[in-house]
Amino acid sequence: MTLSVTLSVNGVRRDVTLEDPRVTLLDLLRERLDLVGTKKGCDRGQCGACTVLVDGRRINSCLALAASYDGADIVTIEGLAKGDLLDPVQAAFIAHDGFQCGFCTPGQIMSAVGLINEGEAGDDPDRVREGMSGNLCRCGAHAGIVEAVLDAQKQLQQRRVA
Amino acid sequence: MSDAITLPAPHVRLGSSSGQPVTRRDGHLKVTGAATYAADNHPAGMLYAVIAVSTIARGRVTSLDVEAAKAHPGVVEVITPANRPPLSLDPDEKVGLFGFRIDALQNDRVRYARQPIALVVAETLEAATEGARLLSPTYEVEPARVTFEDGEAYDPPAVGVGAPPNFAKGDIAAGHAAATHRVDTTYETPAQYHNAMEPHAMVAEWNGDHLTIDTPNQAIVMSRALFAGYFGIPPENVLLRSPFLGGGFGSKAIMNGPYILAILAARMMQRPVKMVLPRDQMFGPVGHRGATQQHLRLGMDAEGHLTALEHNAVATTSTFDDFIEPAANASHNLYASPAISTRHGGVRVDIGTPGPMRAPGEASGSAALECAIDEAALACGIDPLEFRLRNYSETDPASGKPFSAKALRECYAEGAKAFGWAGRPLSPRQMKDVQGRLVGWGMGSAMFPCPMFPATARATLRSDGTALVETAGADMGQGAWTALAQIAADGLGLDVERIEFRSGTSDLPDGGVAGGSGHTASAGTALHNAGTDAIARLAEIATADRKSPLFGAGNAGVEARDGRLYHRGDETRSESYADILARSGNASVEGNGTGARDPKDAEERAMFSHGAVFAEVKVDPDLGQVMVTRLVGAFAAGRIINPKLARSQLYGGMIWGVSFALHEEAVHDRRSGRIMNADLAGYHIPVHADIPDMQALLIHEDDPYVNVLGVKGVGEIGVTGTVGAIANAIWHATGVRVRRFPITLDKLILDPGMPA
Ligand code: FES
Ligand code: FES
Repeated sequence: MTLSVTLSVNGVRRDVTLEDPRVTLLDLLRERLDLVGTKKGCDRGQCGACTVLVDGRRINSCLALAASYDGADIVTIEGLAKGDLLDPVQAAFIAHDGFQCGFCTPGQIMSAVGLINEGEAGDDPDRVREGMSGNLCRCGAHAGIVEAVLDAQKQLQQRRVA
Repeated sequence: MSDAITLPAPHVRLGSSSGQPVTRRDGHLKVTGAATYAADNHPAGMLYAVIAVSTIARGRVTSLDVEAAKAHPGVVEVITPANRPPLSLDPDEKVGLFGFRIDALQNDRVRYARQPIALVVAETLEAATEGARLLSPTYEVEPARVTFEDGEAYDPPAVGVGAPPNFAKGDIAAGHAAATHRVDTTYETPAQYHNAMEPHAMVAEWNGDHLTIDTPNQAIVMSRALFAGYFGIPPENVLLRSPFLGGGFGSKAIMNGPYILAILAARMMQRPVKMVLPRDQMFGPVGHRGATQQHLRLGMDAEGHLTALEHNAVATTSTFDDFIEPAANASHNLYASPAISTRHGGVRVDIGTPGPMRAPGEASGSAALECAIDEAALACGIDPLEFRLRNYSETDPASGKPFSAKALRECYAEGAKAFGWAGRPLSPRQMKDVQGRLVGWGMGSAMFPCPMFPATARATLRSDGTALVETAGADMGQGAWTALAQIAADGLGLDVERIEFRSGTSDLPDGGVAGGSGHTASAGTALHNAGTDAIARLAEIATADRKSPLFGAGNAGVEARDGRLYHRGDETRSESYADILARSGNASVEGNGTGARDPKDAEERAMFSHGAVFAEVKVDPDLGQVMVTRLVGAFAAGRIINPKLARSQLYGGMIWGVSFALHEEAVHDRRSGRIMNADLAGYHIPVHADIPDMQALLIHEDDPYVNVLGVKGVGEIGVTGTVGAIANAIWHATGVRVRRFPITLDKLILDPGMPA
């Protein structure tokens, strides 16, 4: 059984023929579209390493069947920067040393972008911690991550005001 | 394709040499998704391999439905013991000091749950996964033995990596007899699994008898030889590429069966093969921290000085190999006592072989020791910090040797000040917050040895005034690519921006092992020495050249800095590296270095990093829920190359301490022998909401003996001290002493002492 899906990935239209309906969105990105920035840490929705934005909302792409995302607008870590210009969240992760091995980082960053979009956490570190708790980090980079999210959010707010 | 990591100038420049908080040089790659981890490789024509694992813990595989698997569209091969081609090394052979027996389909025996029993190769990941499922194994089942009670006790000939199992100093019986106060206590720690966020991964490609493997590895050149050995080819025929590791924590320094099978599949199929372990297979063939039972008996005189320190540990290992968590050795080098006795026992269980996991021995041992010390302070009626100061050791308690440097007193003082330890009530259950939660403060001492591993490096000064430095190091998140480049820059008298740093592949000089917290010291010393060697050669050229302002200065009469050689006696006489090379007609000059410690210093001094950790916890009196609300660590670890990265490493270690104290535990089903929580939902590690504001203070320490750089290591020490600090804080909050880690709410609320 083959299925045809059309998605927008990082602003580029992708027409995909799936030879297998079991393909997840994560494996479509990684194994078929050569977008390997999104990581697989568990394949079970338990770690957040595979977080991408679908129509602006963060999801675990390992729990999403590619076939059911026809017409979706997907943003991955590769699509966040504008050319050489990093997204404020990416820049803040560097500035605050919000990672060590970097494996959870694409998921943390996409999740942070999603969290900031949701506008729920405000500038309360505890709510940021809560909102980021679906993204595990085994290296223990939590302190820098939370600082980075708060800092990026502040910068984005200031930008909006200016 | 993951080539050797080659990093250009950093994007954010905050400084240019050792001691500066240089921003991670690979940061840009990591935040854009451009850093290439092993599983990100996709050579043309690649096949996918998936391992099938046993669902029983002990017995024999009696059948596999190979036909069904092969009939699935896309499946191209199934490898089982029946058709597995021979290997050049016996998987049951232990190769080298650091060798482990592996499971590579050598027979139909099952020795633990989730042991590899077959490998399925297919055109797609989906087909390989389904093929592995279709194998539907049947077994001849033998009863599983997974607990201390069910396992087989034995006396291990060695613990850890080749350390003696027992140690004694002074008369322990006399020490106990002389005591006024006594503590006799037993702590238990569970099996823990490394669970790096990046699962073990292998992309293998053969070209004749040459093998290229993309795989995360903490000991690149050493592993290359081992991989070559299994396939009967010379080490030079293997190119191992590991530019980025998604965490290792010890598990990626050792060999495992799935890797060998994936490489074998690539050779059989004559096509590249990718194999990535699913998360549940990270709970089996790739090592773990063995469980321990630790019995401590402490004796103290009337003033609270230890008269006897006895620490006996029993640890689990597999039925077929030995790695005994050297937990009791944590009592050798920290507290002064006229009599110290430590012993280890082993228990064989039907579980995969344990191995080194972040602070192997030290983590489990420190957890028990620091809790026992807290109990001892209470027995003497002394504040826990004061008790530790009374038992402060100016020389190494085990050997009597002087320390190379020990700023632990400063750690205690600075940590206590930052935390606000003064005024802590001695008795438990004295403090509450506004919500009525019980508040407690606890502390622990941190300590970790400073090993160095053989390492080599090469530095090439180029005629354009830049330099290439090379060593096959490993960066699993500690920041090696940045810290090592900083060290290399200093050795060459160049700004770090002028350094091209190549690392992470096996065709470079051996950078040693990223383990034991010794990588920066080992590879760093090699890089430093390579730089010094290159500079010496350049100085030879300059001082022998009549046209150089340095002519006649003699090799020792010049100093390298900012890309120039200066005459020591006369600063107005200097010349740039580029000019020296240009006139000499050499395109470059090369230096080589090794990283080793002065053998005399190594013999005469005891070398350790030290620290003190202070924790505050809040405990819900009805629900037993524990929150760590503050965590302060103060660490003295010699010279800090990059305070920004060192702090991140220390935080990481302290968070592992939180995890050890409150979260991590592999739960075995005693009947089936299987781990019941082999995923990241059931095997808990802290999430963001579990981690409070933290502080890691870097205490100044000059260590003139540890190595030329004065560098110790910060990768593991944070785990030690922290576990005890949290456990002791929970006791201080609740009055309940939980002696089985992790400290979960059930253990608190079921304790008769808990209800208010
Ligand atoms: S890989 Fe999707 S949540 Fe872990
Ligand atoms: S940075 Fe390594 S897992 Fe988060």
